[in-house]
Amino acid sequence: MENLREELKHKIIEVLNLEDVASEEIKDTDPLFGGGLGLDSIDALELIVLMDKEYGIKLSDPKKGKEIFSSIDTMAKFIEENRTK
Amino acid sequence: MKKTATCLIENSKIILNNETVFESPAGNFPDFAKEAYKSMDLAYPKFHKMDNLSKLAFLASEMILKNEDHRRTALVFSNRSSSLDTDFKYQDSINSRENYFPSPAVFVYTLPNICVGEISIRHKMQTENAFFVLDEFDEEFLNDYAQQLIQSGKADKVLCGWTELYQESYKAFVYLLTN
Repeated sequence: MENLREELKHKIIEVLNLEDVASEEIKDTDPLFGGGLGLDSIDALELIVLMDKEYGIKLSDPKKGKEIFSSIDTMAKFIEENRTK
Repeated sequence: MKKTATCLIENSKIILNNETVFESPAGNFPDFAKEAYKSMDLAYPKFHKMDNLSKLAFLASEMILKNEDHRRTALVFSNRSSSLDTDFKYQDSINSRENYFPSPAVFVYTLPNICVGEISIRHKMQTENAFFVLDEFDEEFLNDYAQQLIQSGKADKVLCGWTELYQESYKAFVYLLTN
């Protein structure tokens, strides 16, 4: 699980072009939205694509995204339970 | 109409009012843009999310607009290749049925006028903006349009420009007009 959290931080930085952010600055329980990362609604859509592309998870209900993308912890837990690749 | 400031970006150089203010050995536009951004000390992370056309327009505009209130400045830009550079990148993400992952962040830049939107957001402009796709830079056309905006009271100043980018080739020439 710890490896997955680290992997997620690196992928999020890469996919969302967070050039000025280092992975160590993202705490596992930090809010991904509404916090210091400055993510917006387009970033949320990119995270949905990331889940599909990297882990084979299709989010059929976008409303669940708010809960799943709360933090690195919640994302990692959801991926562990639902990944198909 | 007076041209009060100009900025030219090409060949890894930024020339402000006929004076070279930044030069980089970077061979490609993304590296050049990143170095130019750092040199300007902007602290505007959204820059990194922009497509290359928006980065080019943003950098050229920022050189002229920084440090002043431009909420009454309008934008009239133009280029030849529209958003084709980004259009192809988006096309690449949907070409294959087996690897079909359209990127929302790329898709939002598949219109050329998005770059003037980025500048408007940065400077809190709620003025008119326009983006024309032309065969070549037509200063007279842009100036006529700008003059109408100023004469009609819709803006105090107009930032006009040519921001052309396609693959490895890029050039921006941006200038500020006032009465």
